[in-house]
Amino acid sequence: MFTAIGKQLYVIWSQVVTLWLVFTHIFKKPDTVEYPDVMPYMFPRWRGRIILSRDPDGEERCVACNLCAVACPVDCIALQKTEDENGRWYPEFFRINFSRCIMCGFCEEACPTHAIQLTPDFEMAEYVRQDMVWEKEDLLISGTGKYHDYNFYKIAGKAIGGKGKGEARNEAPPVDRRSLLP
Amino acid sequence: MDNLFAFIVGSPLNIAFVLGVVLVTAAMLIWIERRVLGFLNERLGPNRVGPFGILQSIADVGKLITKEDWIPPFADKFTFVIAPIVVPVAMLLSFAVIPFAPGVGVMDLNIGLLWLMAMAGLAAYSAMLGGIASNNKFALLGGLRAAGQMISYEVFMGISMLGVVILSDSFNLREIVEAQQDGWFVFPQFVAFIVFVIAGLAETKRWPFDLAEGESEIISGFNTEYSGMKFGLFFVGEYIGMFLMAMLIPVLFFGGWLAPFGLEIGPPIISGLIWMGIKTSFWIFFFILVRAALVRPRYDQLMNYGWLVMLPVSLLNLLITGAVVLYQGS
Repeated sequence: MFTAIGKQLYVIWSQVVTLWLVFTHIFKKPDTVEYPDVMPYMFPRWRGRIILSRDPDGEERCVACNLCAVACPVDCIALQKTEDENGRWYPEFFRINFSRCIMCGFCEEACPTHAIQLTPDFEMAEYVRQDMVWEKEDLLISGTGKYHDYNFYKIAGKAIGGKGKGEARNEAPPVDRRSLLP
Repeated sequence: MDNLFAFIVGSPLNIAFVLGVVLVTAAMLIWIERRVLGFLNERLGPNRVGPFGILQSIADVGKLITKEDWIPPFADKFTFVIAPIVVPVAMLLSFAVIPFAPGVGVMDLNIGLLWLMAMAGLAAYSAMLGGIASNNKFALLGGLRAAGQMISYEVFMGISMLGVVILSDSFNLREIVEAQQDGWFVFPQFVAFIVFVIAGLAETKRWPFDLAEGESEIISGFNTEYSGMKFGLFFVGEYIGMFLMAMLIPVLFFGGWLAPFGLEIGPPIISGLIWMGIKTSFWIFFFILVRAALVRPRYDQLMNYGWLVMLPVSLLNLLITGAVVLYQGS
């Protein structure tokens, strides 16, 4: 019987301790960040609004390879490839439906040219649903995004107007196989 | 009608004052509870509507009134409508006997404590009828739990009050307060005080004894099917009940409006109101703290605790109090 009473007293004591511990929290600083008044720090790699970047020369990086559209798990990216007079590929239209987008970042990982990138911006609420569909002119920014020096056509071996075979960075001129004959 | 604007118990000014204080406090408690809970959880709580969010209650009431007031087609309509009205009415009637300060109060009833117990019993009907009339499994379970909990905890609440009644020799709350002139009853009646606080928590269906609602178990218990202002009435009734308990504990055990250590502030009415306010605020804060800290027991634990621990303890306390008083009187 006395153990039972002792157990009851211990239960009551533990409740009192709990009350005291919770009470001490009233003197601590609240963790809340009052968001619309105080902007929280957004990390540079935060996966938010999607942009299309340009290379250091100011040309579009996107080569319309469709890898992002394939990688997209919710099929929110639509684009059409076309080609300019120099032989550079670029998208005729590039459309992202942000009402579908889940900001997973797969498109950024799939992109071979660092064209499509996710930014720390997340404030994109709209009153009209159609305004959630962003076209290329809305997506394209004038800067290089997270990769400042990368220029796909300067590195890739593909010959375009103004750059022949073997003129890319880290690339040797093409070898004339006939001159290698013993 | 010369006492129309005098502070005499039962004058129209007094009734208006008590009603105003009770309703305004009950409404403000919606905001106060959420704000204090926020601080206890290291959050901020509602602080958007008005300065410090003080108008949150008005926004809440506006929302509840403009919501669709839906009566489910399978419910027992008459009982369904009656049930939410019972709890605020019973709780407001309980305030008739609460002494706020010398000369401030609605009624000087010489069976004050019995009146309180009767009204608390009536309040149990609200949850029961609401649960049955909803014609919903979860509501029925909630109503059942509320009925069992409130009826069994009322027993110990009454018995723990009796120690105070023996010491003060009166059922009149005003006389109970005046009997504490020489010392608060919390010291000779400490066990009764603990039992009363726990039973009070269970009686108002407040956390941790909110099994009648038990969100994580039975959705919202007896008020699952209620919406709009019908739910609001349950809500307000609960807060009036909390305010009632927070006033009743000082009145019975902490000397009501009496100033401790002779720290009177101004005339008796002002001093009484201030001290009553301080003591009531403390107990309101305590109720909120309990909500933030303690976990909900299982239903069988609740019943076991009530009948196997609280009942013997309160009966023993009553027996010892009676024996001591008899011994001293002889």
